[in-house]
Amino acid sequence: MLDKVGIAKRIAREIKDGYYVNLGIGIPTLVANYIPVGINVVLQSENGLLGMGPFPYEGEEDPDLINAGKQTITTIPGSAFFDSAMSFGMIRSRKVDLTILGAMEVADNGDIANWKIPGKMVKGMGGAMDLVASAKNIIVAMQHVNKANESKLLTKCTLPLTGVHCVKKIVTELAVLDVTPQGFKLLECAPGISVEQIKNATEGRLIIEGNIPEMQIQ
Amino acid sequence: MNKTVANANEAIKDMKDNITIMLGGFGLCGIPENTIAALVKKGVKGLTCISNNAGVDDFGIGLLLKTRQVKKMISSYVGENAEFERQLLSGELEVELIPQGTLATRCLAAGYGMPAIFTPAGVGTEVAEGKETRKFLVEGHEKEFLMEYAFDADYAIVKAWKGDTQGNLIYRETARNFNPMMAMAGKITIAEVEELVPVGELNPDHIHTPGIYIHRIFKGVNYEKRIEQRTVRKKQ
Repeated sequence: MLDKVGIAKRIAREIKDGYYVNLGIGIPTLVANYIPVGINVVLQSENGLLGMGPFPYEGEEDPDLINAGKQTITTIPGSAFFDSAMSFGMIRSRKVDLTILGAMEVADNGDIANWKIPGKMVKGMGGAMDLVASAKNIIVAMQHVNKANESKLLTKCTLPLTGVHCVKKIVTELAVLDVTPQGFKLLECAPGISVEQIKNATEGRLIIEGNIPEMQIQ
Repeated sequence: MNKTVANANEAIKDMKDNITIMLGGFGLCGIPENTIAALVKKGVKGLTCISNNAGVDDFGIGLLLKTRQVKKMISSYVGENAEFERQLLSGELEVELIPQGTLATRCLAAGYGMPAIFTPAGVGTEVAEGKETRKFLVEGHEKEFLMEYAFDADYAIVKAWKGDTQGNLIYRETARNFNPMMAMAGKITIAEVEELVPVGELNPDHIHTPGIYIHRIFKGVNYEKRIEQRTVRKKQ
């Protein structure tokens, strides 16, 4: 079973040279730490920056320079600032190659729910609805089951939707899956996890074809 | 043409209760601190605030919430604010949550003189309820879009880094965020700047918001520029 870092490391392997990537809050943010050496990517922060660098050194924080999670950050050579309309313009016009975000539930038709739990304080969708409605490629980092051991990979989302028919790939603590027109297609099992365990943890349609390899994580 | 006013109090002196105002900023970054303080002091009530976020309990728009001056918030994300949550749950505060890109583009549309936009954000979700939709061809496939209206705001309040007395503005780093679109979208736009220079000192090539959109400008004082999430790394 993977921990959060393991999920981030596995997702990092999906990033290709030359990609512009938007990372959501949580596990997706960790992905930046594991981008393979020699792969050049530009990270987009939807508050208005392309070329997000690492956190600043202590004492060098700049209140005018934050990411979408409101954390202090830095720029890198080649960075560019822009306003929020242009930021979502480049997202909507599919210039951003890959969006990585978290989810509470994903359905086997690619629907995603990640912004609202009825009965709990709603903080808002932020840029998530814009991102999922337009992204060319969406990878979701999530837990396969909730604390009650119930599947979060469903036939139909139970929570209010963030977007429809949009998720392309999912990496969980148990597996890597593609979302296909026929349902979730199992691609890889996490180390030490059997296909049977993944079957039991997946409520939505699950396609298992041939031998399923184990995830390779450095 | 000189649009300079003495300070924030002067800039908002004609504001009345029950108006709609836009406030620039993302989180606490690039927010019009001086004008928010002046609004608290003036005590105008029943405000509808269009702003991406709602500040924190003791800073930013949080200050206006504490004094119950806000009737309605139109935002994309309102976490990090306990008083906000209390007023929302008790029904004292009305909240309309809209996707961040939709928020930005509805401001842009207002400033560009376009009555509405079509966006895919929110299609198939509760955001789409009751809204007109239309299908367009995108990369050879039919895709559904929502029609969203341009905002109609009485005032826009923005924060820039530098400005000249004619209202030309330059923003700094990610403090730009919503400020340029909101600057264009207010019937009356008020700009507060860290540095106010005479006309001719800013390079015309560097101006982000042309002064035509700005009605009043003043040099702000005592900027706190609070950091919401201080994240650092250690020097090796």
